[in-house]
Amino acid sequence: MGLATLLVLADGRLPSGGHAHSGGLEAQVSAGRVRDIDDVAGFLHGKLATSGLVAAAFAAAACDRPARSPELDAGFDSRTPSPALRKASRAQGRALLRAARAMWSLPPVSREPHQPVALGVVASAGGLTPVEAAVAAAHGTVSGAASAAVRLLGLDPYAVHGLLARLAPDCDRIAAAAAARAGDPVDDLPAAGAPLLDIGAELHATWEVRLFAS
Amino acid sequence: MHPEPQHHEHVVAGGALPHPSDGYTHDHDEVPHTHPDPGVDPHEPLVAGPRALRIGIGGPVGSGKTALVAALCRALGDELRLAVVTNDIYTTEDADFLLRNGVLPAERVRAVETGCCPHTAIRDDISANLDAVEDLEATLGPLDLVLVESGGDNLTATFSKGLIDHQIFVVDVAGGDKVPRKGGPGVTAADLLVINKTDLAPLVGADLAVMDHDARARRGDRPTVFLSLVEDRLATPVADWIRDLAKARIPA
Ligand SMILES: Nc1nc2c(ncn2[C@@H]2O[C@H](COP(=O)(O)OP(=O)(O)O)[C@@H](O)[C@H]2O)c(=O)[nH]1
Ligand SMILES: [Mg+2]
Repeated sequence: MGLATLLVLADGRLPSGGHAHSGGLEAQVSAGRVRDIDDVAGFLHGKLATSGLVAAAFAAAACDRPARSPELDAGFDSRTPSPALRKASRAQGRALLRAARAMWSLPPVSREPHQPVALGVVASAGGLTPVEAAVAAAHGTVSGAASAAVRLLGLDPYAVHGLLARLAPDCDRIAAAAAARAGDPVDDLPAAGAPLLDIGAELHATWEVRLFAS
Repeated sequence: MHPEPQHHEHVVAGGALPHPSDGYTHDHDEVPHTHPDPGVDPHEPLVAGPRALRIGIGGPVGSGKTALVAALCRALGDELRLAVVTNDIYTTEDADFLLRNGVLPAERVRAVETGCCPHTAIRDDISANLDAVEDLEATLGPLDLVLVESGGDNLTATFSKGLIDHQIFVVDVAGGDKVPRKGGPGVTAADLLVINKTDLAPLVGADLAVMDHDARARRGDRPTVFLSLVEDRLATPVADWIRDLAKARIPA
């Protein structure tokens, strides 16, 4: 248990590649589905309940037992149908490991694991608990997209942070549920999906001009 | 964080495995490791000899960064093993340009997306650029020189020393002869300042002597070169500057 360590890991300024990803928001903004602060609220709610839940579960499980990371990585792969999203997740996992190596001594882990799996392994190396890894995963899922919303839509940054504050209890709840099941077999972990995020990511990957990597 | 190839995934400090109940144990004198994917070697590629010299090229939009990269590829392509990383929002634009001009094949160019923040990607969170450099070295083999072109930004953008060894800042005379006087970290601190498009100076009424004087005042001993890439297609003074740096790294 290290509260300050958790803050270090969850800090949006951690140089772990997140700033270049919109969490699927850029595709939805371009499709006209997300235009204002209310749309962003809906987007973040949906994202937290689907990819946030899955990310929290896999981060908690990887933190609980880092040696399970290959198996968890395969399980996360099968929950990520879009090749573009797989690539984005692995790129962010790799970037997180790069940052983490400068902070803690990591156990053996593949070169480019999915981001939530990497996050769990890193959290464990930093002495954090599964529930803390899950909080970082859930919060990271929404905070990255929220920061992209400020940049893409020119929204009032205070209003967007108001949204994040209102989502915080949901992040805690999801993290607690994820941590309680951290030892479950991989196949039993959550598998919530958001088809529009998958479709959006595939379209986004074909654009000639894009601001975010995903 | 530093990009020297010092990290090795299998070197684990004692006690780094926090859950001894994981089902495997290692003797304390043994380096514990697993190979999760049979057939996929999880080791970082071994860097044979010193890694490539990395040069960052920054400067405002349109000042001639890509044109400079093309000229350097033309000038140095036959003598140095080189590759390019671009941070342009037009993900394939710069690569296409280099390809069209026949100066660099597509596999030697990587594009990095910067999430609306070009200077974040070269200064605060350099991970995507480092990954691109490493991927180039992994697929092409050892390189002598990697040029990293930043996305167009303002006069405050500079590269992190964790990403590059030396940086060039490119401004152009069409931006007005006041640019060197304004200063900013790019103009004052870059290892080489390039004042490009001197061919346009008479057309825009820019006084090169004023620019030269102001650059000296701002930069002290750091070098500044004047260039017209339409007249000097090999960017000779810049290519020479890089040749000297490359020579200093590679022992004869
Ligand atoms: N007249 C003139 N045009 C140049 C020179 N160097 C570059 N350009 C042109 O300036 C424009 C912007 O150059 P580019 O290299 O794309 O700028 P970047 O945004 O900094 O990469 C292009 O149309 C170039 O052909 C130069 O020395 N003289
Ligand atoms: Mg350019």
